[in-house]
Amino acid sequence: MIQARALSKRYGAKRVFEGLDLDVPEGGFVLVTGPNGSGKTTLLRLVAGLAAPTAGRLEVAADRARIGFLAHEPLVYRELSALQNLDLYGRLYRVPERRERIGMLLERFGLWEARREPVSSFSRGMQQRLALCRAFLHDPDLLLLDEPFNALDDAGAALLDGELAGMGGRTFLVATHDPARLAPLATATLALA
Amino acid sequence: MTYLRDAAALARKDLLLELRGKETVPAMVLFVVAVFVAFRFALPEEQEGAAGGLLWVAIVLTALLGLVRAFVPEREQGVLDALVLAPCDRSAIWLGKALSVLAFLLIAEAAALPVFAVFFEPVDAATVGAVLLADVGLCGVGALLAAMAVAGRAREVLLPLLFLPLAIPVVIGGVGATVTDDPARYLGFLALYDAIFAILAWATFEYVVTE
Amino acid sequence: MLLSAAALVILGAGVGLALLWAPEDADQGPTQRIFYIHVPVALTAYALLGWGAWKALRLLWTREERYDLESYTGVHIGLIFALLTLVTGSIWARASWGVWWDWRERQLVLFLILFLFYSAYFMLRYSLEPGPARGRISAVYALVGVVLIPVSFLAVRLAEQFLHPTPLIRRGGPDMAGSMLATFSVCLAGMLALAGALYANELAGKRLDARLRELREVLS
Repeated sequence: MIQARALSKRYGAKRVFEGLDLDVPEGGFVLVTGPNGSGKTTLLRLVAGLAAPTAGRLEVAADRARIGFLAHEPLVYRELSALQNLDLYGRLYRVPERRERIGMLLERFGLWEARREPVSSFSRGMQQRLALCRAFLHDPDLLLLDEPFNALDDAGAALLDGELAGMGGRTFLVATHDPARLAPLATATLALA
Repeated sequence: MTYLRDAAALARKDLLLELRGKETVPAMVLFVVAVFVAFRFALPEEQEGAAGGLLWVAIVLTALLGLVRAFVPEREQGVLDALVLAPCDRSAIWLGKALSVLAFLLIAEAAALPVFAVFFEPVDAATVGAVLLADVGLCGVGALLAAMAVAGRAREVLLPLLFLPLAIPVVIGGVGATVTDDPARYLGFLALYDAIFAILAWATFEYVVTE
Repeated sequence: MLLSAAALVILGAGVGLALLWAPEDADQGPTQRIFYIHVPVALTAYALLGWGAWKALRLLWTREERYDLESYTGVHIGLIFALLTLVTGSIWARASWGVWWDWRERQLVLFLILFLFYSAYFMLRYSLEPGPARGRISAVYALVGVVLIPVSFLAVRLAEQFLHPTPLIRRGGPDMAGSMLATFSVCLAGMLALAGALYANELAGKRLDARLRELREVLS
C-alpha cells in the first residue's frame, strides 16, 4: 500500500528526516514512534500528499478519495455545527447515503445529542471525536492517524478502541507516543530518530 | 458536473459561516457608507463630478475588506489541509471562495449604490453593468491572492499590497464606463480582465495550496 | 566575469555613441539622448520580468528547485530595472517639460503599476517560510505579473480617454534614422548584457548562500 525508499524531507535548510525506508502492506497496521520533532507528523503529511518529498521515492496505492487523515487539529469549522461540518465533507467526498452515514458515525462516537451545537462549544475530547468521524466518514482504505488518542477521555478512548478493532482489512499508519496501547493491533513499528 | 457541485458546497459553507457570525457583510456595508461620507468632505464644491470616480475606489476597498477575511477560517483552524485532501479539484476551492466573496460584495453594493445615488449622483445602467463585471474580476483575482497572503505572516497587511496593483485596471475600466460617453469599450475591457484572470486563477490555484 | 567585461564594453560604447555620434533630434534637442538609455532600460526590464515568469513556469512544471532562485533573481533584477525606467523617464520628463512626472506618459504609468506589483512580490516572499511552498506561491505571483503587463498596458491606454484627451507627442518611434537605430541597438545590447551580468552574479551569490546554509544545518 505504501512504499518509500530513501525518503528525505527538508524545509529550506531545516532537515526533518533523511534516507527513510518504509513498507506498509495492504491490511498492515504500522505504528510510527519517536520524540517530538522527529518527523512523525511530516511523514504522515507526505503519505497523505499534503507535502512533497525533497528526495527519494514514495508510492501510495490509494488516491485522495480513499485516504482518511487525522491531524493534530480537528480540521473542522468551529463556528459550524458537527452536522454542518460532516455534511460538507460528506459532499466533498461524495459519500453515498450521506445523511445516514453521518448519523451513524455521530451516534457511534456519542455526538448525536450535540450535533447541532457549534463545534466551538465542544470540549477538546468531543472535538477529537468529531475529527475521528471526519476521518472515517468516507470509509477510507488507508488511514493516517496522528496521535488519535489525544485529548480523549476513557470513554472516548474505549470508543476508538472498539472502532479500530472493527476496521480490519484496512491499512493504518499511526503516529503515537504511546505504542503500548495499540500494540495488540500493530503489525510493525517504525521508530524515527 | 461534480466540479460545480463541489464549488457550490464550499460557497454554501461560507454563507453558513457568515449567517452564524454576521461579521463580514455588515462590516462591508458600514465601511462603504463611511467611505462615501469621507469622500463628501474630501471633494471641494466644484469637483462634485469626481464622485463617479470615487465610487470605484470605494468598491475596490470594500472588496478588499471582504477578501481579507476570505481564507482566515481555513488557515487559522488548519481546515485548508482537509479541503486540499478532499478528492475534489483544488481549483474548486478557489471558485467556491470567489463565489462567496462575490455574494457578500453584491449584497454590500445593493445597499451602497442607492446610498451613493442619494448622496452624490444617480447611477446609470452602464455603471451598474460595470460594477457587476468588476466584482467578478476583483473576487476572482482576489480569492487567488487571499490564498497566497494567508499562507504567510502579516497577512492582513500583505493582501492590500498584492491586491491593489491588480485592482487598478478594474478601476480604470469602471471609471471609464461611468464617466465617458462610450462605456461599451470599458465594459468590454472589464469582461476581458475577468476572463483572463479567472482562467489564470483557475489554472494556478492548485499550486498555491499544495506543496 | 567575461559577461561583466563584455557588458561594460558594449554599454560604454553605447553611451559614447549616444552622447557623441547620434544625430541631434530636431524637436527636442540634446535632452532626447536620454531616450537611448531610457528605452533600452525599459525593454530590458520587460525581458527580465518575462524571464522570471518563464522560470516560474518551469518550476511549477518540473518541480526542480533550482528554478525558484532563477525566477526570483530574474524578478529582482527586473524590479531594479523597472525602478531605473521610472527614474530615467522622470529625468527625461524633467528635462523635456520641466516636470518630474507626467501622467500622460504611458510607459511611466505602466511601469509604476508594475513596480508596485513586483515590489509586493518581495513582501509576499519574505512573509513565507523557506520551502517548496514559498517557491510555488512566488512562481504563481510572477506569472500573474507577466499577465498583468499587457492588461495594464491596455488599461492605461483606455484611461487616457477620460483622464486627459490631449495627446502626447510620441518620441523615438520605429521610424528612426539609420544612425539613431544603430546607436539604439548598441545601447540595447549593452543593457541586456549588463542585466545578464547582474543576473549571473546575483544567482551565483544566492546559490552559494543556500549551500552554506545547508552545510551549517548538517554540521549543527
